[in-house]
Amino acid sequence: MDGVNDLAVRCEGLRKRYADVVAVDDLTVHVRRGEFFGLLGPNGAGKTTTIEILEGLLAPDAGEVEVLGLRWKRDQRELRERLGIQLQETQLPEKLTVEETLRLFRSFYPRGRTIEELLQVVELEGKRSSRVGKLSGGQKQRLSLACALAGKPDLLFLDEPTTGLDPQSRRQLWDTLKRFRDEGGTMVLTTHYMDEAEILCDRVAIIDHGRVIALGTPTELIGALAAPQVVVRNGTLEDVFMSLTGRHLRDE
Amino acid sequence: MSDPAKRPSVSLSEPQASGEGRRGGVYHPLIELTLARVREFIREPEAIFWTFGFPIVISLALALAFPSDATRPVVVGVVPGAATERVRAALAADGVTVRDVAVGGEQRALREGDVHLIVEGADPPTYRFDPAREESRVARLVVDQALKRAAGRIDPWRAREEPVSIAGSRYIDWFIPGVVGLGLMGNGMWGVGFPITQARMRNLLKRFVASPMHKRHYLLAHMFARLLGLAPEVVLPLAFGALVFGMPVNGSFAAIFVVSLTGALTFAALGLLLASRVRTFEAISGLMNLAMLPMWILSGVFFSAANFPAAMQPIVQALPLTALIDALRAVVLDGASLVAVRGELLLLASWGVVPFFIALRLFSWR
Repeated sequence: MDGVNDLAVRCEGLRKRYADVVAVDDLTVHVRRGEFFGLLGPNGAGKTTTIEILEGLLAPDAGEVEVLGLRWKRDQRELRERLGIQLQETQLPEKLTVEETLRLFRSFYPRGRTIEELLQVVELEGKRSSRVGKLSGGQKQRLSLACALAGKPDLLFLDEPTTGLDPQSRRQLWDTLKRFRDEGGTMVLTTHYMDEAEILCDRVAIIDHGRVIALGTPTELIGALAAPQVVVRNGTLEDVFMSLTGRHLRDE
Repeated sequence: MSDPAKRPSVSLSEPQASGEGRRGGVYHPLIELTLARVREFIREPEAIFWTFGFPIVISLALALAFPSDATRPVVVGVVPGAATERVRAALAADGVTVRDVAVGGEQRALREGDVHLIVEGADPPTYRFDPAREESRVARLVVDQALKRAAGRIDPWRAREEPVSIAGSRYIDWFIPGVVGLGLMGNGMWGVGFPITQARMRNLLKRFVASPMHKRHYLLAHMFARLLGLAPEVVLPLAFGALVFGMPVNGSFAAIFVVSLTGALTFAALGLLLASRVRTFEAISGLMNLAMLPMWILSGVFFSAANFPAAMQPIVQALPLTALIDALRAVVLDGASLVAVRGELLLLASWGVVPFFIALRLFSWR
């Protein structure tokens, strides 16, 4: 890519507080180009606030954010065209068909994939004329992912992409994301599912109370937890989180 | 509107290999956003009824309830008894409809409008009626004349009567431009305010600003979608009035178009303003009703705004719906030019421009 800057996301000393809570507290995260990076933590840990700051939807109280070597204040337009974003719980218009929805989102981007390619990527060719309101949860989520991919993004931000989906739909979505990785895409995703982070992510930052409490590959994190006598891979990221905080990830 | 699903799919018009083509074979975002809004609207049967069916239903109902031809009968009640038989005969001979009213039922019959006046006794009779009701005052004149003539009164002379019926002066003629104005207000405010509130509630506005969509395209698309709805909203009730009731359309189509367009954009801007921050249906419904109810009552849709006391007239006349309806009636019925209604148009437009810029400042995309 640039050669000079091999970081897709560089954020340093991020802080954000709402009226009475500190949502993000001195958070520093570096994401390399071509990497799948996971922000793992329980609800309320500050994952969504963090990713929305990276997406340029929220302004931090303090800290520096650089995405693809660009700044939100200066390069908003270019960034919007080069990023793919999937928010938590966006409900696309129910009366539009799958194809109409993709045409709408595709029209916002000067460059990108064709509608046919998008339908193929998320395996919705058979549903092109169905109303969004008639889709299953997994199909809606894949359509939402296709909207995020419409501009052929260099970097994809996903906020809890598989929350509420059945196991088969989750696997189908993961397959789509793995294909995006094979094409050289970079991704930052938030999740509170440790299996999702283990399967998809090259590196994971475990977040609690707005801070990074552990950072590494899933194997490293589990390995660091397991004492030498314990066989590696017996543990999960859930165990890592519990040993760090004394709580379960899914609590709260 | 043709079924958008029947358009040829992209693959037919766009070689699939060129994945990098300018906008990938889709329209300009402004067109896609407008299409999306129009599609959402036409796929909502309830919205279609309120927009296009309601003006026609209400016009029909009012035309039936308030027929404006001269044959509207005078209905007089008599309490059966020997004394009133002469009265009954005299009135029936004069073509007045006479109904029996049971003893004790007089108040109710008058209140419900079953009869317009009740005659009691004969020498001389007593008239019981509510002088505040116009039809009762008419009935009193008709009955009085009939009974006095029957009693032998000789009129000194009889005036020669020349009945004229001026098309355009009937209630239904006057009402239809009003219902057009009412529709432009309701559809403008709901048609913009509701979908924006819904999009905000569903996180869709936030999703849009996370993409490279231009905010002005989104807001403009709502305005354009309103313009597409404008033609049927105005033409249907006017054509219905002209064809079914023979309502005259004296104004030029250009003048009617300009007045309607100004009204549509003004109320769309007001809808935008009301929806600029709300995030629940309860809130937007409350705001809409708060804004529209006074105009339903005060702006002279169903009865002339001139009925309100002079002290209230400054408020009545300052309302955008009053200005729109006055201009529509002047243009449609009197054939007034745009120059003649420039005062109303200016007032109306300022109700659009000022809220539009306030809305742009207040508008929340989250």
